[in-house]
Amino acid sequence: MNKLGQTPSQTVGPYFAYGLTPEQYKFDHTSLATPVLLDARKNSQDAIILRGKVYDLHGEAVDDAMIEIWQVDQEGKFQIKPHQGFFSIGRMGTGTIEGNWFEFTTCIPAAEKQGQAPAIHMIVFMRGLLSHVYTRVYFEDFKELNQEDPYLKLVTEERRSTLIAQKVQESPVTIYEFNLHMQGENETVFFDY
Amino acid sequence: MDTTQNQRDWTSHPPLIAPGYKSTIFRGPSQNLITVPELMKPSSGPIFGLESVAPLDHDLTKNGIKNGEPLGERIVVSGRVLNQHGQPLKNTLIEVWQANAAGRYVHKRDQHHAPLDPNFFGAGRCVTNEEGIFKFYTIKPGAYPWGNHPNAWRPNHIHFSVFGPNIGTRLVTQMYFPGDPLLDYDPIYLAVPEKARERLISSFDMGLTEEGFALGYQFDIVLRGHHSTPFENE
Repeated sequence: MNKLGQTPSQTVGPYFAYGLTPEQYKFDHTSLATPVLLDARKNSQDAIILRGKVYDLHGEAVDDAMIEIWQVDQEGKFQIKPHQGFFSIGRMGTGTIEGNWFEFTTCIPAAEKQGQAPAIHMIVFMRGLLSHVYTRVYFEDFKELNQEDPYLKLVTEERRSTLIAQKVQESPVTIYEFNLHMQGENETVFFDY
Repeated sequence: MDTTQNQRDWTSHPPLIAPGYKSTIFRGPSQNLITVPELMKPSSGPIFGLESVAPLDHDLTKNGIKNGEPLGERIVVSGRVLNQHGQPLKNTLIEVWQANAAGRYVHKRDQHHAPLDPNFFGAGRCVTNEEGIFKFYTIKPGAYPWGNHPNAWRPNHIHFSVFGPNIGTRLVTQMYFPGDPLLDYDPIYLAVPEKARERLISSFDMGLTEEGFALGYQFDIVLRGHHSTPFENE
């Protein structure tokens, strides 16, 4: 039997905000996923901020990208019941914080599978991207685990640093920075799942 | 087991850099994507959002009403979400957003000189049923100009964001309408490999059309196959 052909991707375009991230952009529509994955009131000691920018070829921080992150919790489970204090999917557009940041409140996940280092899945959608692209956010604290991680091993040594979030603040809340470079010298590694 | 079934089929999807669509030149990655071996891929993901679909979310002709009915041609859009083996995918969340009948988005950045409709918001969502079928009501969106090249116009379209069984089946796309003369000039549509383009065009369907109310359009969505039992005779 012939398999059916995949429905082609098309760009998310510049006008996704009221449909996909309405609460963040102050539209009168509920958001399915927000920039807050971890309820910091319940789990303040585990909360981290993951923030970054999306740079284009000219080094401009893009103000109309939508970043989606997917991650397991600290027990390694996908959680989608918000009342449990953790939600596995986050979404944020880069158009509401001056400087064009995305900024998620979350936690460092457990490793998804044995032998892997803790990592957050990240998907980039934006005007000028006809198909979304996937990357993975690792953390600089796990040097040994990162060295053995099977995804990082697929990447040449000199490009691995594009996948490692850097700790830029320790307290009162730990902040990790992860910038995406769509092109140019430090082009971020993207995976094809 | 067909181990290629999970791959994104790049003979169906547009390339990351398509010079006719100018912003891809400096926003699309230039280096090759790194292929993840089959066994390493995330095999599960959250099935989410089902509880978040409010009663009027699937009816864009009603969910933005302030003081009257939205202007424009009412349509009903329905179709099936399938995997590549033709098996229906139930409980699949679909988010949609679009311009109004005049070709204007409520998005604050859209400054196109066309009227907003106080009774049309233009976003909604729906979920597929046990047979993989979704359905929503809306107003047929208008065409609008954009800045890609001189006299550039986007064909009528509805944006779709679809979740599937895992992160690999995530899809964002656009549904077009049959017979739209602007399709031949649209670099976003034309960036799709020719053999796959027509999959993005809905078909007019008299059977879906609701008498005295709305014209029907059929639009099926095929996500990458995953975790399905391949047919024996494949």
